Amino acid sequence: MILVVAEQRDGVLNRASWETIAAAQQLSAPVAVALLGSGIDALATELATADVSAVLVVDHPALASYTADGTVLALAALIEQEQPDRVFFPHTYQTRDFAPALAARVKRPIVTDVVATKDGRYVRPVFQGKLMAEVEAAGAAPLVTFQIGAYRADSVAKKTTGSAEIRRASIDIDSSRIRQKPEAPFKEARQSVDLSQAERIVAVGRGIKGQEHLSVVEQLAKALGAEIAASRPICDAGWLPMDRQIGSSGQTVAPKLYLALGISGAIQHLVGMKSSRVIVAINKDPEAPIFELADYGIVGDLFEIVPAMIAELNK
Amino acid sequence: MKIAVCIKQVVTREWQLRVADSGTWIRDADASFELNEPDAYALEEALRLKEKHGGEVVVCSAGPARSAQVIREALARGADRAIHVESDALATADAFAVAGAIADAIRDEAFDLVLTGLQSDDQGFGQVGVVLAEALGMPHATIIMEVQVTDAAGHSGLRVKRELEGGWFQWVTLPLPALLTIQSGINQLRYATLKGIMAAKKKEIRKVARASLPPASQTIRRIAFPEKAKRTEMISGSAAEAAKTLVTKLRDEARVIER
Repeated sequence: MILVVAEQRDGVLNRASWETIAAAQQLSAPVAVALLGSGIDALATELATADVSAVLVVDHPALASYTADGTVLALAALIEQEQPDRVFFPHTYQTRDFAPALAARVKRPIVTDVVATKDGRYVRPVFQGKLMAEVEAAGAAPLVTFQIGAYRADSVAKKTTGSAEIRRASIDIDSSRIRQKPEAPFKEARQSVDLSQAERIVAVGRGIKGQEHLSVVEQLAKALGAEIAASRPICDAGWLPMDRQIGSSGQTVAPKLYLALGISGAIQHLVGMKSSRVIVAINKDPEAPIFELADYGIVGDLFEIVPAMIAELNK
Repeated sequence: MKIAVCIKQVVTREWQLRVADSGTWIRDADASFELNEPDAYALEEALRLKEKHGGEVVVCSAGPARSAQVIREALARGADRAIHVESDALATADAFAVAGAIADAIRDEAFDLVLTGLQSDDQGFGQVGVVLAEALGMPHATIIMEVQVTDAAGHSGLRVKRELEGGWFQWVTLPLPALLTIQSGINQLRYATLKGIMAAKKKEIRKVARASLPPASQTIRRIAFPEKAKRTEMISGSAAEAAKTLVTKLRDEARVIER
């Protein structure tokens, strides 16, 4: 049996949970879904619409807010009870926070950030997505986390009649063993720019080399009628404000045109822009992963190409 | 506060990757190497905590002899001493093997705080820190963007800002000793000064042998450049020609910019 661990926060399912169910359904094995939290019956009913053998609910006051310790205690007990052959998770920041500790606790291998399965192997990016590795887990019972967007949530097979059995797992959690005390999640104030509304975006990455080079990018953005955005390192360096950041820790956008300048295309960036209608990549490295996604690509020096584009647009 | 920072040596981002003849790793015999970027932020955070609260910063790396390069760099940036678990096999080992090697090397030192970067630029497991916390019996928190040291009724602890997805954050408190994985961009990095480089030469690097590693929990059977998901139209020519062709195609073919 494959056990898929769904993720929820404040009574809202993380959409990536459906993607992971879809990943499990593609393998020929029964699938069960685990859901952890407190007062989560409505979410269990929602998950039971999927064509799975059961939804296992661990409902406990100690799980009302996510903690790594609480989740590891609950899932270690559930894995002990159910003995699944494999345990699947969406590769979210939350999973990254607890799953490696869980794997160490239950002594199972853990393969992270998987984008596909292939003849019993797991395909995952290495070297920042520049290479893909086919990985074999030792033994037959790994924990596997699936990259967001690698499978389609809307491809989940649903029950045609009725719904899956919902079973409450009887697991007690000693709350004194939970060492993390979480406060309520919050959004960093003043997101002044909503890039999701932009029709065209010019985004810059490490290839821009210095803040002083941003002015030429601004001229290009103006000529295109585009907003300026950036990959994480540019915002980390303070060259552009954080609210211009595209990617898993920033904004997710899908403009008509996304022009990536000097962005190599780390997966954390790609998840934030890969649904853009037309993607253009300009990069000096012909093997930059951004070219995998691009509709048009130019291998070359952006400091030569960008001024030439501005001249062409202003003709 | 006694702080350990785990660092890893990885090939530089600019290095042109080539698949080795084995087909299971890269050809790295003549590669250039650097400090894994998130680890540099973890080191910087440790140095800042020491400057504020006193104590000691010890860098710890599990890897082949060549890792001495990044250990010396960390010492030059201000770490007080280093522990090097030296083994060629650790260069490509899984997270359990690496975390186990580090745990055994640092357990007796009773660190108050252990910092790691959130993941490595090469394998990208994102596991070593969390598995290490489990091995040391410490509470942990990951993808941290701010660290505050709290002192309530004589019990020192931490209040840390965890990054969630999509611009959300969350404060979490946890008791010391603890382990944190640090997100890139938490601080502004310092670079080694000449004085620091000179001082580093006199600092202690304790070498720990690691005779054997546990059986691998996962093995790379094949490594390859990704297959193209999309047909990319590559535009060649001089900068001026390429720019002209691109603008024309965006106007007339893709129709995503106005005339």
